[in-house]
Amino acid sequence: MPKIKLGTKSPRIDMTPMVDLFVLLLTFFILTATFRPQETAPVDTPFSVSEKPMMDANVMTVLIAKDSRVFFNVDNGPDTILKFRPKILAEMGKRYNIEFTEDELRLFEKTGTSVGVPIQDMKAYLALKDTDEKIAMETGVPIDSTDNQLALWILFARQVNPAVKTMIKGDADVPFPVVREVLDILQDKNVNRFNLITSLRAVEVTEEQIGEE
Amino acid sequence: MADIQVEEKSRGGKKKPKKGDARVDMTPMVDLMSLLITFFMLTAAFSKPKVMEIVLPEKVRKNEKVEPPKIAESRTLNIILGPDDKVFWYPGKADPEVTVLQETNFSADGIRQVLLDRNRALFRKIDQFEKDVIAGKIDIKQDSMRSAISQLKKDDDTGPIVLIKAYKTAKYKNFVDIIDEMSIVGIARYTFTEIDWIEEGLVVNAIGQEPETASGSAQ
Repeated sequence: MPKIKLGTKSPRIDMTPMVDLFVLLLTFFILTATFRPQETAPVDTPFSVSEKPMMDANVMTVLIAKDSRVFFNVDNGPDTILKFRPKILAEMGKRYNIEFTEDELRLFEKTGTSVGVPIQDMKAYLALKDTDEKIAMETGVPIDSTDNQLALWILFARQVNPAVKTMIKGDADVPFPVVREVLDILQDKNVNRFNLITSLRAVEVTEEQIGEE
Repeated sequence: MADIQVEEKSRGGKKKPKKGDARVDMTPMVDLMSLLITFFMLTAAFSKPKVMEIVLPEKVRKNEKVEPPKIAESRTLNIILGPDDKVFWYPGKADPEVTVLQETNFSADGIRQVLLDRNRALFRKIDQFEKDVIAGKIDIKQDSMRSAISQLKKDDDTGPIVLIKAYKTAKYKNFVDIIDEMSIVGIARYTFTEIDWIEEGLVVNAIGQEPETASGSAQ
């Protein structure tokens, strides 16, 4: 029986199709990845069993940090061409007689971070380059009844984008009266449907807990 | 530029000197790319936070006269979120003489057991329905399943009507937790209301200390 001669070719596999595929996948994931801007105030959201994912667009978020500072954030809408953020800022400026320049509006549009300064300090805040200085400036949006800027932000956000949904992202350890105050402000503006941003935690109810009838 | 041209010219004239393997080793590149793909896939899938939807009853404005909806006292269960993750509850109507607050917590044997005891019939119904769907006994789409469950909740007339109140030292976490318990146990009717002075007094008695500020939560 003649021996079968094996080819002396190198056993290397042609990886080109695999690489092609990988490059495609990589491009896809890089392009679809949405990078959320880093929030300046860290917020540890509480846990819940809710599995409903957060919406991508048409969202306004009221952030309540651990130290009870309130931040407000709103997105540009489902299409970048809509430019909701600068419109809302311009409205706010109009109310407080602050003229925002084209550059300032564009800067506000580009940085998706939440508003944590009183509108009077907004110009100075936008002019700052250094992140640490910015963080130092963030005293929170005023929510007291003498100068309730949060209510105005909510009002203008809903005027500019009527489809906007309300999110509340509170730190787990925030005292409840602060949250209640924010809820009150929202309800004053006729927002009765809220989405609380939470982290997922699965819970099951066991058979014995249900018990007998 | 000129250099390159000269080189090309000279190369074109000659024959290829070597007939080596022109293949590049792509393994490191593939390694790197699979790592990157894994990273992007995972971040894309897990970076999304979850939301929990709540609807609060419309606020009654001061000059408006709206009758609050009447609910049966026997079905009412009041839950008060206390300090230090404590939960107090009492059935029916608050009476400073008679009502005694029951203290419990957020563990599985705590408030969940209290709620389950009262909501057993509805919970079983929903549980059985979900099991039937999983077992394939009922052929139903995801969307209509949700509406079927909310219909079950709507038709329910034995479960408790839960009124959630928060004492001023409660944490936001407690609020989320209690609403969470409502959805775990499948409570059909619950709402969040303002705590009144009778209940505040009861809580102060129960925790055995005076609050730091006298009118902190009088909003």
